[in-house]
Amino acid sequence: MTPLLATITRREAGIAVIGAVMLAAAATLPLFDTGFYLSLALNIAMYVVLCTAWTLFSGPTHYISLASAAFFGIGTYSVALGIETLPFPLLVTIGFVASAVLAGLVGIATLRLSGVYFVIFTLGLAELVRQVVTWAQTNFTRGVGLYVFTDFTEAHIYWMLLGLAAVVYVTGWLVNRSRLGFALRIIGNDETVARHVGINTAMAKVALFMISGGFIGIVGAFLAPRFAYVEPPSAFNPMISFQVVIMALLGGTGRLWAPLLGVIPFTILFDQISANFPNHTSLVIGIAFMSVVYLLPRGVVGLIEDMRRMKRKFRIVWTDDAALGKDPAE
Amino acid sequence: MEILITGIVLGGTYALIAVGLTLQYGVARIMNLANGENLVFACFGAFWLWSTFTINPVLGIAIVAPAAFALNWAIYVVMLRPLVNRAKNRGQLEVDSILATFGLMFIAQGIMLLGFGGGYYNYNFLSQPIAILGANYGLNRIVALCAAVVIAGALYVFLTHTRYGTAIRAVAVDPTAAGLVAIDVPRASAFAFALGGALTAASGALLSTFYTFNASMGTLFTMKALIIVIMGGVGDVRGAVIAALLLGITETAVASLIDPGLTLAATYTLFILVLLFRPQGIFGRHMA
Amino acid sequence: MERRTLLRTIAAATLASAMMVGGAYAQETIKIGASGPKTGPLAGGGAVTYWPAIQLWVHDVNGRGGIDVGGKKMKVELIEYDDKTSNEEAIKNYQRLMTVDKVDFVIPPYGTGINLAVAPLIARNGYPHIAVTAVADGLEEFVKRWPNTFWTLGTSQGMANGIVDLLKKLKDDGTINGKLALVSVADAFGIEMSKTAKPAFEAAGFEIVYESSYPLTQQDFAPIISAAKNAGPDSFVAFSYPGDTFGLTQQATIADLPVKAYYTGVATAFPAFAGANGAAAEGVLGIGGVNADDPKIQDFIKRQKEVTGVEPDYWASPVQYASLEVLEQAITAAGSLDKGAVIKAIGEGSFDTIMGSWKFENNIITKFWTVGQWQGGHFKGVASTGLDGAVAPVLKKGWK
Repeated sequence: MTPLLATITRREAGIAVIGAVMLAAAATLPLFDTGFYLSLALNIAMYVVLCTAWTLFSGPTHYISLASAAFFGIGTYSVALGIETLPFPLLVTIGFVASAVLAGLVGIATLRLSGVYFVIFTLGLAELVRQVVTWAQTNFTRGVGLYVFTDFTEAHIYWMLLGLAAVVYVTGWLVNRSRLGFALRIIGNDETVARHVGINTAMAKVALFMISGGFIGIVGAFLAPRFAYVEPPSAFNPMISFQVVIMALLGGTGRLWAPLLGVIPFTILFDQISANFPNHTSLVIGIAFMSVVYLLPRGVVGLIEDMRRMKRKFRIVWTDDAALGKDPAE
Repeated sequence: MEILITGIVLGGTYALIAVGLTLQYGVARIMNLANGENLVFACFGAFWLWSTFTINPVLGIAIVAPAAFALNWAIYVVMLRPLVNRAKNRGQLEVDSILATFGLMFIAQGIMLLGFGGGYYNYNFLSQPIAILGANYGLNRIVALCAAVVIAGALYVFLTHTRYGTAIRAVAVDPTAAGLVAIDVPRASAFAFALGGALTAASGALLSTFYTFNASMGTLFTMKALIIVIMGGVGDVRGAVIAALLLGITETAVASLIDPGLTLAATYTLFILVLLFRPQGIFGRHMA
Repeated sequence: MERRTLLRTIAAATLASAMMVGGAYAQETIKIGASGPKTGPLAGGGAVTYWPAIQLWVHDVNGRGGIDVGGKKMKVELIEYDDKTSNEEAIKNYQRLMTVDKVDFVIPPYGTGINLAVAPLIARNGYPHIAVTAVADGLEEFVKRWPNTFWTLGTSQGMANGIVDLLKKLKDDGTINGKLALVSVADAFGIEMSKTAKPAFEAAGFEIVYESSYPLTQQDFAPIISAAKNAGPDSFVAFSYPGDTFGLTQQATIADLPVKAYYTGVATAFPAFAGANGAAAEGVLGIGGVNADDPKIQDFIKRQKEVTGVEPDYWASPVQYASLEVLEQAITAAGSLDKGAVIKAIGEGSFDTIMGSWKFENNIITKFWTVGQWQGGHFKGVASTGLDGAVAPVLKKGWK
């Protein structure tokens, strides 16, 4: 067991170094371009954090949450409401705490739900929060738009998002190594078994959902200064929830880094479609989307694994006899 | 009393929106996110028939619904069956069908944008008032309510009192077991999906007589339909109708008695309460 | 395989943008970028008000041989993007237009929220920002913050006061009583308007007998109309968005709402409004309006229909077109494509547009139509902040 652990650690150390190098490289982008490519990179960074935070919870548990927009909006609103009076870092913290609390409440309320019920519940929740916020603003503040004027440039927001991405990855890694992560993997495979071996499935799920929701709230908080003008339809845009799910699923949810493989190519692809087919975006995105669903059934990560396995198979067939060609990964 | 009638009329509309999806999701196990686009397609269809050939939208159903049936059958066989075949379990199929129909939703929107542009459409049909117990209601809405009753009733009778209907219900309960008792499960699923599409289209034709619609509006209807289907219990036509009526009455009551600004909040609160206390749906039975 | 296609797309895009940069040396055309909703919740409004007016203008300018820049005629090349009614997407589109496509000028987006969301970006890049479909208060604040912005459609304050003054006059003449029902959509527009209008109505001596707001996606208006009817007002005022404007009016027709003044918000001025409501539209008051007797406006309506196949609305469409005429004349006045010079020319010049003669005061057009009314199949301006051509309002006489 110990040598195995040691090798994994070395490999993980390697990954950490590569990750840090990549992050540092990404962080230099604003030095070269502060125009469109920074905007695009910011977009990618935003979805990377969102999708990875989403995968933290949904990857191991297989619960599909459509509540991202609710957490995102709460984060945005925490900043928008307090920007005149409180310092920005405090507002971000408030956004994190408020989103995590909401996630905790949802988690406690939805313990009994699974599968599609959870999906629709979270969707309903996001809409409910949006309606209540709109109604409260209409009746108590008499004005829906809030202005967020700060000195942050896009580069600042981009760097904050990159930093957050690092935090999310480290958190994910820590969770994976902890008892919590182990418990969650068992829950994801078979909840009944998990319960029988004495795992408090409820607590584990709620805790992780809170972490995940909190991070999404922070992204919302970071993004608020970029929009300058915050109103419920944009802060609680349900498309955020859908895009997060879709990009994460396209990348694959089995690994913490898998959403990255969904977000980067698809943000760029969708962007190219918007740029080149402005009058037919829906149609072309739909077609691109369908082809991905059919051609890459297990996401980009599945494709990579298939290729790797194929390579390995060849190597084994070349070196050993056919009897050893059985893939141990299967 | 006025609240009750208005609520029932509204509930009838919601029932129309949801009943097709109940079949598609309950039997064919496809969570069809493009359901609303199907409905809007039918709105455009009815509009086109009315404005070009002056075909009455109610009669137009006779053209729109079979067309939708054929289209949905084709969609199921060509697009969705491969997903059903490759899915290892129900969860996998759910994820795949969400993704695939999400793509389909975009394609449908794209086609409608090409054909009709993004503008608002509506037309006048039976929009004269009709007095019931001293208050006025739109005749087209009453017609839609009656049609909802007829459609839901016919569907209920078909599902419970005919051989093929029973087979479809068997598939809804347990596809594997249904296969064992010599039911052609793939065919029954395709039929249910297509029938669901046809019902949604029929609803669309009726709704187009009093709703203002445009090419981007489908998602609104999909949301409502999803909520009602889940509230009513998956695959339960009776439950869906009750859920729709409940929703209609609640919304009207909240709008009239409390504040119209809270109608949607009320919808989702009701929905969340139902999910929490009867997660199997209003009429659903506990499953082991 | 999928990956290879993707790579190829990226490669093609890089190449294309490289070529565009190369093309900028020998400039023959003026590149103008526009981003607006082609999909999403605002697409319906954009398809009536935003895109057709832009297309007609490009058609007209190029038909005349182009824009006169320092004695040389330059044709206009339009680059369009879809913002999907999302701020995020709109910001990206304008970034692309200004830093990748390197357009000479941009046409600001459709909708108040999105205009404000992209304003800092456009200001940072030094482009003129002539906003049309953005109605808000505190425009002076925006101008101070972004001196490159120009506001053409008016303020919520002005719009709200328009209907308040009109109804006050009718009340003081004794033609309507002082009871009023006030409803609004729970979105930026409705809230801003009712915030201003409510105290103004009260100050004018109106008694608000029914008041409510409803969510943006509301489809059913029976409860609102019947509650308003039960309250027995002579005037009904709704600060509504397109979908609701249609829904409310249909319900009012069905319920035979017995009011003498009936006012709805955005989309009352759409030609589809008359189409949908037929004879019931007669006498309906709404936000906006045009000088319907002005031959320039009549010509605009006729030509937009011919060229784009889309009938313009009777409020923001001509203003959208006029804002582009301003851009064109300012470029000619500046004699160059220099953005700073054009901003200066817009701020200082006076412009001959289809909306009449325009001169910005502190970057704001202060004369605009506030209330219009359907009369004899046309939506005619009945109140404005100092424009000519208003017709006298009539009372609403039934719904048939």
